[in-house]
Amino acid sequence: MTTLTRGPEAPARPAHRRPDPRRRRIRVTVTLFVLPALVLFLLLVVAPIVVAFYASAFKWNGFGGLPTNFVGLDNFTRLLGSDLFHQDLRNLVLLIAFSLVVQLPFSLAVAMLLNQRIRGRAVYRLVFFAPYVLSEVITGVLFSLILSPGSGLANHLLGFVGLESSWLSDPDTVMYSLFLVMTWKYFGFHMMIYLAGRQGIPNELIEAAQIDGGTSWKVFRHVTLPLLGPTIRISVFLSVIYTIQLFDLVWILTEGGPSHASETMAVTMMEFGFGRNQVGYASAISVVMFVLSFIFALFYQRFVMRRDLEGASTRMGDHR
Amino acid sequence: MRRTLPLHAIAWIVGAFILVPILYAVLGGFKSTGQLSTNPFGLPDPWQSGNYTEVLGAGSFWRQLWNSTFIAVTTTVIVVLLSAMAAFVFARFAFRGREVLFTVFTMGLMFPFAVAILPIFVLLRTLGLLDNPLGVILTQAAFGLPLTIIILRGFFRGIPGEVEEAAIIDGCSPFGFFWRILLPMARPALATVSVLAIVGSWNNYMLPVVVFSDELSWTLPLGVQQFQGQYASDTARILAYLVLAMLPALGFYALAERHLVGGLTAGATKG
Repeated sequence: MTTLTRGPEAPARPAHRRPDPRRRRIRVTVTLFVLPALVLFLLLVVAPIVVAFYASAFKWNGFGGLPTNFVGLDNFTRLLGSDLFHQDLRNLVLLIAFSLVVQLPFSLAVAMLLNQRIRGRAVYRLVFFAPYVLSEVITGVLFSLILSPGSGLANHLLGFVGLESSWLSDPDTVMYSLFLVMTWKYFGFHMMIYLAGRQGIPNELIEAAQIDGGTSWKVFRHVTLPLLGPTIRISVFLSVIYTIQLFDLVWILTEGGPSHASETMAVTMMEFGFGRNQVGYASAISVVMFVLSFIFALFYQRFVMRRDLEGASTRMGDHR
Repeated sequence: MRRTLPLHAIAWIVGAFILVPILYAVLGGFKSTGQLSTNPFGLPDPWQSGNYTEVLGAGSFWRQLWNSTFIAVTTTVIVVLLSAMAAFVFARFAFRGREVLFTVFTMGLMFPFAVAILPIFVLLRTLGLLDNPLGVILTQAAFGLPLTIIILRGFFRGIPGEVEEAAIIDGCSPFGFFWRILLPMARPALATVSVLAIVGSWNNYMLPVVVFSDELSWTLPLGVQQFQGQYASDTARILAYLVLAMLPALGFYALAERHLVGGLTAGATKG
């Protein structure tokens, strides 16, 4: 990837026959310093994912060493044919669409707003980001109370205008309610990324466009927005990857209900894996999640973010 | 000032969208559940502190607070220490396989935690680490390694080579340089990755819920969820619990906001 060698011990001098004590000491240092992280990483990140792949080819209840009842791709054919999985896919597409069409533009608009010189913007920034710090469980429990059909705050408020709803317990509205909660919790995160991206744009560029007589919309559309491209592409990337593995919030708010209307892949995986001890089948679900994330990441970085990476590497002469 | 009035109006609306749920919880905790349904908006009348004091008087809240704190701090120490060591080597030594090894770690960013949860559960059960804080701590630390290593490596690279040469000339071993010079110099970066690790651990739900079946080991998120089930009809009491569980996170946020935001934006763009 990079040929950069910043360390003082770049292996520039020719290899000697006699073992160089300095080089040996460096090898020992390198090993001692990387090994702990590597062991932990291989044991608890890499190995479990490999095992998930392996287990997905077995009918396995999760007990007793390694699985033995090999079924090949049966778990996957069963999965791809199941209505529940189709529901998961529909929900995934819906949430991604919502995020891209509503949440991210909203975050961008708020970021642009807070980039203006308005009084108290530091406080706004602090407040808008605060929900991101609260755990999914706290958020979920709070909103399950607010959205509860009988006595919840939402219905008390909207009762005045006749917009009461059963929110989380109606299959037709549950996904909108879920998305509302997601927006509450996560828009501040994207807003912060956009604000950071905006700070990377030299103000002179924007000012020049303004002097040339652009309306603020035109300046935004033709100058700010393109320059924010890399930031927006990262935010889209994170949003999609996150949505593929969405679990906590859904589990606390609805457990995937009513009648699986708000179920996500991770919820289905947990139900089968821990609820019904069908670990093989559940592993197949997690493999599908992995493959979806991976393919998306690969294509996205290859075709969408490539320009950003190239730009970065020519600018700084070093990319990672 | 007049020109910015529409901007303020929008900011206020967004602010209300964020704050009303939180204020509802804070004020709701001071009401009785009866009050909450007859008077959902207004100030509590009369103010009742009973919900809050009962939660604070029960041992379970404090135990969960302690469990969450212990797990978050231990996770953070492990992940930051191991990452700093690895990032040090990745940033400042040339050795065969360095880029391959580093790429292996960065690939970890791509692995959804949910994919690994079932095998991790089986593994922890085999190792006897279920219902053991170590099961959560080590797993969280392992999944925290990629981002922490990436951020720290970037920072370590920025420290001039002259500093290292001077230290070596003065007789410093690589470990001495790492421990006595590099880490102190890297304090801002260490603070940033520590804040990220603490918040990540504090909010984690999926892993603790799978690992801990014994109530004594529960962290705050598990406690909150269980409390909601136990007092399903007593909304005011649940709100009080929620608010008390929010306070440490919000307080920490107020203190460490800059590091958190800095870390997230660095993590987002470097990931």
